[in-house]
Formats: sequence, structure tokens, C-alpha cells
Amino acid sequence: MGLNIIVCAKQVPDPEGPPSSFEINEAELKVTARGIPPVINPFDENALEAAMRIKESHEQVSITLISMGKGISKAVILKAVAVGADASLLVEGDSLDASLLDSFATARLLAAAVARAGGYDLVLCGRQAADTNAGLVGLGLAQLLGIPAITLAQKVDVAGDGVVVERVLPDGYEVVEAPLPALVTVSGEVGDLRYPSLQAIKAAKAIPQTVLGLADLDLDPSTLGRVRTVALAAPSRERRCKMVEGETPEEAGRNLVLALRQDKVI
Amino acid sequence: MADAKGIYILAELDEGLKPTSLTLELMGLGQRLASDLATDLNAVLLGSGAQAAAQELARYGTGEVLLLDEPALSGYHPEIYIEVLAGLLRSRPPLVLLAGHTSMGQDLLPRLAFALDCGLVSDCVGLRVEGEEVLFTRPVYGGNALATQRVETPTAMATVRARVGDAPSPAGTAAAVIPLEVSPPAQTRLEMKGKEVLSGRECPLEEAPVVVSGGRGMGGEEGFGQLREIAALMGGAVGASRPPVDSGWAASTCQVGITGKVVAPDIYIAVAISGSTQHLSGMSESGKIVAINKDPDAYIFKVSDYGVVGEWKQLLPSFTAALKELPKV
Ligand SMILES: Cc1cc2nc3c(=O)[nH]c(=O)nc-3n(C[C@H](O)[C@H](O)[C@H](O)COP(=O)(O)OP(=O)(O)OC[C@H]3O[C@@H](n4cnc5c(N)ncnc54)[C@H](O)[C@@H]3O)c2cc1C
Repeated sequence: MGLNIIVCAKQVPDPEGPPSSFEINEAELKVTARGIPPVINPFDENALEAAMRIKESHEQVSITLISMGKGISKAVILKAVAVGADASLLVEGDSLDASLLDSFATARLLAAAVARAGGYDLVLCGRQAADTNAGLVGLGLAQLLGIPAITLAQKVDVAGDGVVVERVLPDGYEVVEAPLPALVTVSGEVGDLRYPSLQAIKAAKAIPQTVLGLADLDLDPSTLGRVRTVALAAPSRERRCKMVEGETPEEAGRNLVLALRQDKVI
Repeated sequence: MADAKGIYILAELDEGLKPTSLTLELMGLGQRLASDLATDLNAVLLGSGAQAAAQELARYGTGEVLLLDEPALSGYHPEIYIEVLAGLLRSRPPLVLLAGHTSMGQDLLPRLAFALDCGLVSDCVGLRVEGEEVLFTRPVYGGNALATQRVETPTAMATVRARVGDAPSPAGTAAAVIPLEVSPPAQTRLEMKGKEVLSGRECPLEEAPVVVSGGRGMGGEEGFGQLREIAALMGGAVGASRPPVDSGWAASTCQVGITGKVVAPDIYIAVAISGSTQHLSGMSESGKIVAINKDPDAYIFKVSDYGVVGEWKQLLPSFTAALKELPKV
């Protein structure tokens, strides 16, 4: 018997884009990304990398990538699939726009999608999405699927009938085990997702892909939400910066101390 | 379920079994919400040997402290904690349950919210009452925007960042501590196999009055030695942006930012850090921010109070020397 891993991956505007590329529409309660490409949420990439490491060190591992959203970029998914997935499942629809769904609706819709993906032994999600930053969907999905969940993995391995996780703590990590099937949310410490070769990207077009619509899930997203955004604003962080100079860098370094002392900061 | 009522604070204890500073800040926030909503404030404490902590908490403006004291609750175990708490909250559903956005809060509250089908807002940086309800503000898009959200279930849950609330001063008289019956589950699916503590408390970042952080521009481990010397001189701790952590120049426990630690020291010194939104999310509430960067256009200068343009290798030695020579005030 093989091991089936599902990796949930969401598309987000590149979170490392400059602040000016995130346009805040206060009236429509939406953030629109301008001039930055969509990417797979970086923590979901970490989850895929964790899946790949399991696949490398165990026999008969199969990875299914699930992505849900509005206007999913085929190129972005293809590149992720090419890294080493065996199948992909997309759930697409206008009402699946990230700004319309809260974490509660997303988890319910994803649970329905996972049920359509066939059997699974392990579900891997990123610890949080780079757009909503909420960190709720993975735990919610586990609760809805009725399987144990471990969060913030820096290392994931499968041993016998269980999953062994190193879970990140503020001052180190702890080792947690759970019987399969289980869900694990993955943190950046796992490491970056490897790059697929050009050849693999070409070949990825032949990897089986299922595309579902909202109707296939038999759920009405408008009834699933528990949290509603009522206002959106830009953060105000800017300060007046006193630039400290000197004839030489050495002098500037000294002058900084003097300026801080003069203003009674130190 | 009974009618939702009251504000509940989920207390956390530090290693010395004292309420954490974030817990006391939540008591302050809870007081404000309770008075605006004309309801009462209660604290919930899970632990083992937590009697004294419960007595201490009882002095922070709470109606009562519900104490769940039992050896099985000595360390955080998700399944045991959720079972015990869900039982309590089913019989006494609060209007609002607040927990810290801590390692435990981030893991426990989502489980609890889905188990009880309550809305949860995580990582709150602001809370206020409008009309009859609480509005929660949190960063989205890595901190590029702030969303204000309402919860549409009778019980609202939230995890709150450090330094959002102010700890009240303790009162002379204490509220009642109510010990509750605890029946932990006989079996769990998760098995906790032990902890590995890294870096021996080298970076107690959240508490440090001064944080000296290095970024990608440090170029390697050596520079962090200089930052450590400065931190020691100023009575502070060393932090880092994410790249030095990814490259192994700094311990992962040092990362400051949206996926690292949130700090708000009196002085934050950012060396060779560009000022990404993700980093700013973890330090922009600091008292005074000082930036050293070779790029005069680096965004970090826009969010700093003091800036020096230059190579850190040329600036830090004289900065350090001048600090040492500084007469005591
Ligand atoms: C989902 C997600 C979560 C993230 N979470 C975090 C987080 O929690 N914390 C975090 O910090 N980042 C986080 N990041 C990464 C973040 O987006 C940035 O990539 C990162 O903060 C940049 O770090 P930096 O400023 O050190 O590096 P850079 O942006 O590369 O900046 C380096 C700076 O150093 C300066 N410099 C270079 N050499 C020198 C020199 N010799 N002397 C002086 N100055 C010099 C340069 O001018 C530049 O301004 C996250 C990213 C994502 C996608």
C-alpha cells in the first residue's frame, strides 16, 4: 500500500512585492495587487517541499496538489506540479475569490474538495497564507475531516502508521507524533521548495488534473462564513527620520551615539 | 447552549508559573471591553500547581478566576486542553474569549473555534466596542493593510498580540478563585515526545528593552558578533530579519516579523535591514527605531527615527566604542 499525500496550496500576490503594489480599496474592502505576479503561498511551497522529502525517502508515495480560488494561474500551478506532484485538483469559481471567503468558509470548501480527491494518509498545508495571515484553515480542515493535526512543522516524516513532526516553539522545537491519517501545517524552517527542471515543467502538462467548480462541492459559500471584514485601511508606520552624518563613517557612527544621548534615548 | 455572556481571558503562565505580561495586558483589554459592553470579566487558567498564579490573577480586575488545576494540564497538549476548555465554554459560553497570539494561542484557539463553531479573529492588533459588538483589527497582506472584522457567531474568539493592551495595576483585594472539576480525556491521538530548547535563552527578545537586529546585508555570522556586543552594552538582545535565519547566521528564535517574534522595545536598531512589510509587522511599534543601511533610499529610513547611511563594517566599530565611552547618566 502506498502513501497518499495531499498538499493544499493557495495562490497569492507575491508577498515580497513592494508596499506600493498593494492597492487598498476601502469601499470594496479589497486589496488589489498591481504589477506583481501571483505565486504559490510561500508556506504552501514549504508544505510541498516537505511532501517531496517524504516522497524521496519512502516507497510508493503519491502527491496530490489541491488549489482553490478565483482565476488560478495555470502557469503557477504547472510549475508547482512539475516539482513532483502526481495529480492536481483545482476548484475554481468567481465566488471563490479570496476576499469573499473567510477561513471558516475556506476550510469547509477545502474539506469538500479533499473528499473528492480520493483517499489520503497525510494532508499538508502551509502554516498561514501570505494574504490573510490568519493561520486557521489547516486546523479547521483537520477538525472537519476528523483527523489529528500538528501545527508549525519544521520537519515532517512518516514512520510506520504515523507521522513524526518537529514542531517549532519560541525557544526551540518539540517532537509530536500522530497516527495517520493526519494533517500537518508547515513552517518556513522546512526549507525552500526545490526548482523543477524545464523538462519537468514540459512533462507536467501530462500529469492528471481535475478541475471542479463550486457546483461540484454542493456548498453555498455565502452561508459558511463566521467572520466578516467591515473596514480596510493602510497602516500608518512612517516616522520623521533624523539623518545622522559625519565627515567619515567612523565619525558618523560616533555621532549616532551622541545624537541618541542628546535626545535622551540612551 | 446557554446565552453567551461575559468576557473571558485565557491566561498563560511563564516557566516560573507566573501570569505572563501578555496575560495581564489581556486583563486590561478585557476590563475595557467588559465595561463598554456592560458585562463582566473572568479569567480562565489551565495548569498544574497554579493556585498561587490564580490568586495573583485575581488581583487584576477580574470578576472571578476559573481554575482548572490538574497534573495532565501541566504542559500544553492540544487535545487535552481543547477537550477541557470546550467543555467549560459549552456550559458557560462567553461573548468574547481572548487569548494571547502565542505559540499556544495560535494552536489552541483555531481548534476551539472550529470545535465550537465560533468565529475567531487571529493576530489582533486592535479591539474596540462599537454599539453592542466588538470589532477586531488585524494585519493582512503581510501587514500592507489593516482589516477590521466582526464575528458573526454569539461567541467571538480572538488571539491578541503583545503590547496591544495595558496591564492594569494590581488591586489590594482579590476576586474569587473558583476551582473547577477537570476530567481530561483518557486517550489522545497526539503524542508529545519532548522538547529541544535551542540557544539557551540567548534571545529573550520579547522582554528586552533594546533589540539590535541584523539583516541580509550582514553577509555572514561574524557581523552578528558585533551586534551581540552592542546588545550587551545596551542591556538588550539580538534579533534578525528572516534571511540571516534562513542562512543560519542567526538562530531561528531570533527572527523578528510577521512569522517571527513581535517586539516593541524602547529602542530597536536595524542594521542592514531593508524594511520589508513582513519585518516591519514585528517591530514597527518600537519606541525609537534606529536604522543603519548603505542604501539611502532603503524603506527602513521612512519608518525610523534615526538613520545613518553607510557600510555597517565601517560604522559599527566607532558606534560601539562611543557607547563604551559614554558617561553614565
Ligand atoms: C510569508 C512570508 C513571511 C515572512 N516573514 C518574515 C518575518 O517574519 N521577518 C522578516 O524579517 N522577514 C520575513 N519575510 C521576508 C521578507 O519579505 C523580506 O524578504 C526580508 O525581511 C528581507 O530581509 P532583509 O531586510 O534583511 O534583506 P533585504 O531586503 O535583502 O535587505 C538587505 C538590506 O541591507 C542593506 N545592506 C546590504 N549590505 C550592507 C552593508 N554592508 N552595510 C549596510 N547595509 C547593507 C541593503 O541596502 C538592504 O537594504 C517573510 C516573507 C514571506 C513571503
